[in-house]
Amino acid sequence: MAQLEPMLELFVFETNQLIGELEEKLLVSEQEGFTNSINEIFRIMHTIKGSAAMMLFNNIADVAHSVEDVFFYFREEHPELTADENSKLIDLVLEAVDFIKMEIAKIEEGQESNGNAGTLNQSLSRFLEELQVKHPPQNQTKAPKKKESQKMSHNLTAQVSTKEEPVSASFQAQVLFSTDCDCIDLRAFAVLNNFKNRATIISYSPQELIDNDDSIAILKESGLNIIFDSALTIEQLEETLLNNAFVKEVRIGPIAASEVAVQSVTKEIILDDSEVKLNESEAKQQSSSNSTENALTAKQSMISVSVNKLDVLMDLVGELVIAEAMVTRNPELDGLVLDNFHKAAQQLRKITNELQDVVMSIRMVPLTQTFQKMNRIVRDMSRKLNKKVKLEIVGEETEVDKNIIEHISDPLMHLIRNSMDHGLESNEERKQKGKPEYGQITLEAKNAGGDVLILVKDDGRGLDREKILKKARANGLVAKDKDASEISDREVYSYILLPGFSTKEEVSEFSGRGVGMDVVAKSIEKIGGTVIIDSTPEVGTVITLKIPLTLAIIDGMTVRVGNSQYTVPTTSIRESFRMRPEDLIADPDGNEMILIRGKCYPIVRLHERFQVKTDIDQVDQGIVMMVESNDKGVCLFADELLGEQQVVVKALPNYIKKIKGIAGCTLLGNGSISLILDVANLCNELAS
Amino acid sequence: MSEAIDRITDLEEDTQKGKFLTFVVGQEVYGIEIKFVTEIIGIQSITEVPELPNYIRGIINLRGKIIPVMDVRLRFKKEFLEYNDRTCIIVIDIDGVSIGLIVDSVAEVLVIPDEDIVPPPHVNKVQNRYIKAIGKVGADIKLLLDCQQLLSEEELEVLNDLG
Repeated sequence: MAQLEPMLELFVFETNQLIGELEEKLLVSEQEGFTNSINEIFRIMHTIKGSAAMMLFNNIADVAHSVEDVFFYFREEHPELTADENSKLIDLVLEAVDFIKMEIAKIEEGQESNGNAGTLNQSLSRFLEELQVKHPPQNQTKAPKKKESQKMSHNLTAQVSTKEEPVSASFQAQVLFSTDCDCIDLRAFAVLNNFKNRATIISYSPQELIDNDDSIAILKESGLNIIFDSALTIEQLEETLLNNAFVKEVRIGPIAASEVAVQSVTKEIILDDSEVKLNESEAKQQSSSNSTENALTAKQSMISVSVNKLDVLMDLVGELVIAEAMVTRNPELDGLVLDNFHKAAQQLRKITNELQDVVMSIRMVPLTQTFQKMNRIVRDMSRKLNKKVKLEIVGEETEVDKNIIEHISDPLMHLIRNSMDHGLESNEERKQKGKPEYGQITLEAKNAGGDVLILVKDDGRGLDREKILKKARANGLVAKDKDASEISDREVYSYILLPGFSTKEEVSEFSGRGVGMDVVAKSIEKIGGTVIIDSTPEVGTVITLKIPLTLAIIDGMTVRVGNSQYTVPTTSIRESFRMRPEDLIADPDGNEMILIRGKCYPIVRLHERFQVKTDIDQVDQGIVMMVESNDKGVCLFADELLGEQQVVVKALPNYIKKIKGIAGCTLLGNGSISLILDVANLCNELAS
Repeated sequence: MSEAIDRITDLEEDTQKGKFLTFVVGQEVYGIEIKFVTEIIGIQSITEVPELPNYIRGIINLRGKIIPVMDVRLRFKKEFLEYNDRTCIIVIDIDGVSIGLIVDSVAEVLVIPDEDIVPPPHVNKVQNRYIKAIGKVGADIKLLLDCQQLLSEEELEVLNDLG
């Protein structure tokens, strides 16, 4: 992501969040109707509009404004929509959401937001008009409001008031800005925006605030003039106005009611009292909070922190863990009796461990957002493919490291698409087979030890073993003469993870280009995870992504080979043992192996593999460690075990880049460096 | 404000301009521009990393930062010499890449004015690509190294290919 200026960054962040929220609300509304969510949707659109106008992204503001108009109508009139109209509305709003999303993405990339929302706006307003014709307003007094409101100037929340007499006293205020104020028009706009929470603004001059050179000149000359109603005292109002940036001076005085009337003939504007609306919607939310949906998405008090800062914090804590070990396991302490020191050291270790846990937990993010995004994809695709599909989400509260979340969103999307396109049958086919009308896709997340499992299940036709095998043979992945019965189902299914492998004859918009599953497998591998495929014909397919909770700190077993030290992730170690020389089997090529419980495993002598000088080359002198990855096991031969400890994974220096069989390096307690073995790589090397 | 900063950095560059850190490898004295040098440390325990060219001796832990170290002797295809207490690691930083250079010993910091720097002679039309220029200091000759070439792209690619 390009480095954005802070204001812009905040805008992008907020808008993305709001859009996500909105999408979720819309999809719920599609099922349950709009009654609960109108206020919420209205508020979101209103906020987006406000901030987009503030940042001068007029195209976004316009779209948001159009959508807001539609929902304004709903809120006031509560028309009974037909199913057809309902789905059209959802489509239109989703289109608007997509437009905003795209524009935000452009802004994020540092490009200009140049999308043209003309047609979208038109279709939205046409839709509104149609609705208004079909559902004549029940409340006649409110009717003229809308027509006028659509004509209102673009960046202020415009609602023409029909209130006849002001409830509170009217004032006139002149707000002068300091001379060194840049973007005076924006400042004035901000003043108005803030002020509308405290007072009812009747009119203000100059009228055209933003992007108008004349207005800017007037603003500089005589400041911003506001005529407003408020129940507050002059002092309070003055304070509110002075609280804005760059405001130099505020002159406030009461004005006669007749004057207000004259003024308000030209244009009566009430700035939206968004605070009240917010409370309203919150109350709504509370009332419906007994439904699980709301309970899950309940807001917590949060702050957003840049991931970079967390990375630095993480690094520092890593250093601290190492430093702690350096002190408490200092070789100079050997042989000394230091009871108090050890007590204190224990305390220190406890605190550093807790600190580490907390820092880790800060980086943990629930999968909720990632999973919710899938709702949209399922909805869109089920329409285009004309398949009835229900998406069930289980365990979305499962947390994983922020870095990992970023890497699984795309693969998940792909898997869901695949399931819908290839996995699930068409409606007719399902009927014939006597399966339930709605195809079921289940997205499930759960913790399993140090890993998180994410399952994508469907109840479709399952994978075609024969077809995959045939294609694999054609591509030369399987030896022609190899008996099919020798290959396990899992192995067959795993072929679809290879590049260029797609059994779908026709390429569709969504999948079938064969550039799918291998990308999924690659991106999951990149974060140290694995993909497992299970399938039963006519019952469905389960694709399991097994991903580590975090990448930054692992439990490792350190072994010595000559003068070098290597760390093996504990999760991949099955067992360690000392072997007898007679157990060693060597084939004529000198490949060594060992038989363990009826299974044959290759032996990798680390000193040979990494060309390290060592005196220990007899198998009974060293230690053998069996490691496993992807159901493939190898036995590593090292000089001796040094012990287990948590290590902070560090990348190798850029200059060296990547070395096969080495995943990174880490600092040990004594300050020396240990290389972390890439077990998956070592296993694959020998298996292929 | 920004002007002031500019002035300071100018000044800094000025003070570094024309200054070279000289070190000894074998019989010759080499110099590198001081602006690349981060620090000089004594030899310390080096962790071997497999599959690297022999002149990259491995990686070291520099106060929590892990950097690769290159033996300049081996880089220039000279014979390996056991490290002793005069052996130094010069940590340099080039375009954000930190690397340690193992040299026989560090000599001194010299100011070599521009007019005393001459291009290297063309011997058989093959110019040694590590030598950027020759500096004259009194009767002595210092070979001025091209740091970029030292960890040149070509070599980097070889390293990448290994991966």
